[in-house]
Parts: sequence; structure tokens; C-alpha cells
Amino acid sequence: MTCSRMGRLIGSAAAALLVSGGLAFGQTTITGAGATFPYPVYAKWAAAYAEKTGVHLNYQSIGSGGGIAQIKAKTVDFGASDAPLTKQQLDEIGLIQWPMVMGGVVPVLNVPGVKPGEVKLTAPLLADIFLGKVANWNAPAIAAVNPGVKLPDLAITVVHRADGSGTTWIFTNFLDKVSPDWHAKVGTSTAVSWPTGVGGKGNEGVSAYVLRINGAIGYVEYAYALQNRMTYAMLQNRAGNFVAPTSQAFQAAAANANWNDAPGYFLVLTDQPGAGSWPITGASFILFYKDQADPVKAKAVLSFFAWCYANGQKMAESLDYVPMPKNVADLMETNWTSSVRSAGQVVWK
Amino acid sequence: MSRSEPRGGTAAEAAVPSAGGLPRRAHGRAPLVAEGLFRTAALSSAAVVLVVMAGLLAVLVYRSRLSIDRFGWSFLWSAAWDPVRDNFGAASSIFGTLAATAIAMAIAVPLSLVIALFLVEVAPPRLARPVGYGIELLAAIPSIIYGMWGLFVLAPLMADHVQPVLQRFLGRLPLFSGPPMGIGILTAGLVLALMVLPFITAVARDVFALVPAVMKEAGYGLGATTWEVARKVTVGYGMKGLIGGVFLGLGRAIGETMAVTFVIGNDHRISASLFASGNSIASTLANEFTEASEPVYLSALVELGLILFVVTLVVQVLAQLWLARLGRRAGSVS
Repeated sequence: MTCSRMGRLIGSAAAALLVSGGLAFGQTTITGAGATFPYPVYAKWAAAYAEKTGVHLNYQSIGSGGGIAQIKAKTVDFGASDAPLTKQQLDEIGLIQWPMVMGGVVPVLNVPGVKPGEVKLTAPLLADIFLGKVANWNAPAIAAVNPGVKLPDLAITVVHRADGSGTTWIFTNFLDKVSPDWHAKVGTSTAVSWPTGVGGKGNEGVSAYVLRINGAIGYVEYAYALQNRMTYAMLQNRAGNFVAPTSQAFQAAAANANWNDAPGYFLVLTDQPGAGSWPITGASFILFYKDQADPVKAKAVLSFFAWCYANGQKMAESLDYVPMPKNVADLMETNWTSSVRSAGQVVWK
Repeated sequence: MSRSEPRGGTAAEAAVPSAGGLPRRAHGRAPLVAEGLFRTAALSSAAVVLVVMAGLLAVLVYRSRLSIDRFGWSFLWSAAWDPVRDNFGAASSIFGTLAATAIAMAIAVPLSLVIALFLVEVAPPRLARPVGYGIELLAAIPSIIYGMWGLFVLAPLMADHVQPVLQRFLGRLPLFSGPPMGIGILTAGLVLALMVLPFITAVARDVFALVPAVMKEAGYGLGATTWEVARKVTVGYGMKGLIGGVFLGLGRAIGETMAVTFVIGNDHRISASLFASGNSIASTLANEFTEASEPVYLSALVELGLILFVVTLVVQVLAQLWLARLGRRAGSVS
């Protein structure tokens, strides 16, 4: 990783030299900015792609909000956001969006004596905990769905993200869907007015607090929970089954998604039907202008993403992300052909 | 200082008394050119500071106009912070900043005073020197290290040992209620105290060391004890510098970002309990700036920055006024 990053650095330094010397040939750099959640996989794809084609990606993981602001200001070739934009928002700016990679958000907890997957939670119960209405681990509501599990008399401390985050967007979107009370009091956003709890910065901040505080419950990205061997909770999905967070469960949620009928591909994968679906699954999106000034550059950007769709699955899985299925990728490429234009000409054929 | 004399002209050169019998002219024009360059460089460097300050203030006001228009003065005392409904107020962040700073100063000021007195009045030089180095070393530690230490070392210590004990004896006070999480306003105040301690101590020590030996000797000669000399002579004489050191520490505590973000709990809440999580202005900015996509949200964050700027300015001005007043009083006494 360090080696390839070093290589990229040297590569971009060389590119800068070439450009400043007026000798720009062969070397293309595409730029993007936005979501932090998919950054590791984008970096991995970019390194492999640069080795193969010599095209470099400069991706700034400044957060989804920043990504939207940067693409609006046209300082980057593409933006990236964990929360999809609505059709109306896209049309206002003249953008299209497509999902690039998927992941899951996992409730993690720290209750002495409780092992991973031992505690089961229903969706309304999870919402009530994060609303502060269920405030002790020995509450009857928790005991009712966990027969046989001994839970201590211990105050629940909610841990949430302190920074705005796509992870929070997906998590609150799920709570918003399953709890009318959450919908009325809190809502869905990358940052919300939390009714209770403490805030950690980033996934690492949340997990540090959860591991620190006895009786804590928080939410982190799947990859993070897995790599840190955190105690996760089983969740009841829409079909009524309690499922564990696994990449199969995320794929099950994605398989039921109907991208065809989603206007502007505004589709949120939370609370999907399907017996094995993990209820808090989300995709991370790329934002791109429909009208491109430079057809060569536009083609370079789309080529990169097409390559990632076709060749990036293994790399995504190795980092605990869930790649987009082939039919979705094909659908998106068709959309590039029909939507992206440069001076009226089709860019992607 | 002959700096107000006319620049350049040979008449002025002739007017300058020649040093060591050599005519001034023997130096040629070079010193004058250097003088002019130095004046220009010094003046423009000093001006840069003011221009940057004014520019900062202007940009902060300009960028926060959306939030100012929308919330008006109520931004200052509204405790709301709801990005979903675009309703923002600075009260929780201001409260957290002031509470953590107050705890830090309440601990750090007396402690640094005692340490400085120990170093100057009591400790033998071969002990005072290593302790002094240690304190200077504390000042050199990056704030993120304090933050990590606070979260991974101090917070568990607070949660397992300090907070349960406080709760057992004082748990009936709202000040010590709530689950002992180890993080929150109190822990943030403790970490801040440790961070500002070396600043105040270093200044206090240097000021105390400047007290003329003859004054102390006079005190001892009158039969005063070490404590009496320390209190009446050393502290009395060094008060002005001491206040300067305290305000230096205060400035650092108010603006400290990383260390506070680690341990304060980052929750927009005003709670009577010292164990509860809170938020400071600086930590709110550090946490939320990157993902603030809505214009009003961004504008509210910039206005928080503006408030921090103004608070820091007010602290500095108060410090100057206080020092001036102290100077007058000291002058009138003697």
C-alpha cells in the first residue's frame, strides 16, 4: 500500500513536471472528492488501475457534503456521496449519479458477558434505544426478544457519530423508516439532533467510545466492526427474521433492490424485503455532470469506473465491501450512454 | 532614538554625531539604505498582522451572514442544534467551552502557582532544573497526544475509580449525576488543565525569578518565613507577569481543539452534571465542518468560529486592561 502510494506520488509529481514544462502527453489524472466510507476501496482500485493504464486518480476523502460542494463548484471531475441525491436535486445541478459499492452499518455494543451476535434487537427497539426511551439493558422490551440471555442492570449509553457522515445518513434513514417516533423527532441526515448519548469522531471514535464505556451501543461500518472484532447485535429484518451482518446478508438486501424503477437511481437499501436481507445496507454513489466540457476527460473518468465495475469485485470483497452486481453495472453504463454528452456528442458508447 | 529625524539627506548624516571620532560619512550610503529597508520591512510585516486579522474578521462575518440573518441574536442562547430542520444555536457549544475552560483554570492556576513558587523559592537548583525541563517538555507535547492519553488512559481511570468515588460521596448533587462514562466535561477540563499548566508555570517561574534578591532578603531580614516572603514579596512583585501567564493559558484552553474533541463526548447538550458529555466551539467545528452541506448549516458553523474569534479577542482586551490597571495601582502604591 505504501509502495503504491509512493508510486502514485512520484507519478503525480512527474505529471506536474510534464504539465509545467508544456510537455503534457500520455499522463492523465482524474480528480474526485467526497465520501470517506468508500475511500479505501477507491484507493485500491485507483492503484491497480494506474499500474495497468497509467491513468491516475486523485481522490480527496473529505466527506459526502464536501463532495457535493466540490462537484457543484466544478473543482473535481466527479463527486462521491454516501447519501443519494433525489432526482430533483440532480436535475437542478445537471448531474447523474450511480452506485459504486455497497456496505452495511452494524450496531455494536459493549455489555459485560455478552458475545457477538448474542443480543437480538428488533427495528423499533433499536430506534427506542437511540431515542433514549429504552435506557437500561435489563429493560423488559429487550428481555422480551432475548429469552435465555442474561442482561445486567446497566445503563445504556448511546454512542453516535460526532461528525457528519454517510454512515449516519444510512443508519438514521433506517430508524426513520421503522419508527414513526424517530421520524417525528429526529429524521434522516448525515448529522442529526441526537436525543441522547455521546459522539465519537469517525468510525474509530465511535468504536473507541463503545469499547471504553460499559453498557454502550453504537453503530459502525461493517468492515470496521469486522476488523476490530466488535460485539455486534443481530437485527430483525422486514421479513421478521433475525440476521447477522455478513456480506451475504448485504448482497441479499441489494439483490431485491429495483434500480430500474428508481428515478435518478435514488435508491436506499435500508429495510429491504427478503428473508436474509440485512436491514441497514447502503450504497455509495458517484456524482457526474451530464454535460461534459472535455470529452477525452469525461471518457477517462467513465473508463475508470467501468473498469472498476468489471474488475474490482475481488478487491472490494478483500476490504469487506460489497461490489455492485453485474446487472446493475450494465444498467449504469447504459445510462452513461444515454445521459452523458459533450457538445451534444455521446461520450460513452 | 534619533529615528524621527529626516530620512536620507546628507544634512541629516552630518547632524548625526560621529562615533569614535570617525566621520559618519565614512560608512557611505549603505547603512542608510539598510535602515530604510529595515523600516519598510518592519512596518509591512507589522501591517500584515493587522490586515490578516481584519481580513479574518471580515470573511467570518460575511460567511456567517446567512445564519446571522436567520437566527439573529437568539443564536447566542438557543440550545438547538438540528441539522435536519436547519435550526442552530451556539449555546451548547459556548457552554461546553466555558465549562471545560473554567474547570481547567480552576485546577491549573493554583497548581502552577505552587509549582512556580516551589521552583523559585524552595527547591535546590539541582532539583529545580530537571523539574523545570520537565514542565517545558509538557508544553511541547502535541495536543493530539494529550487527547489520546485522555481517551485511553485518563478516561478509564475516571470511569473506574474517580467518578464512582465522587458519586458515592457527592452523588446527590446534580453536578455528579449520570452514568460514569469517563468522558465528558470534567475529563475535558482535566486534560485542558494539564495542557495549560506548563504555560502558566513557565511564565510564573520566570517572573518570580526576576524578583530582586535584595527585596526577598529584606523580607527575611524582617523575620518573615519562606511562606510569607513567597506570598507577600514574590507573588506581589510578580503579579503582573503572573496574570499575563494566566491569560496565555486561558487563550490556549478556549481554542484547544483536538484534545478536547477526544474526551468531551461531542454531544450538543447543556447538562448540570460534570460527567455528562458536551461540546466546545472548537470541537464542533472540527467535527462537523467537512459534512456540512446545507448553506445554513455551514453558515452557522462559521458563526461559531466568529464567536470564538470574538471571545478570544475579548479575553485579550480584558487581559490588557487588567494589566494596565494593575500597573497603575502598583505605581500609586510605591
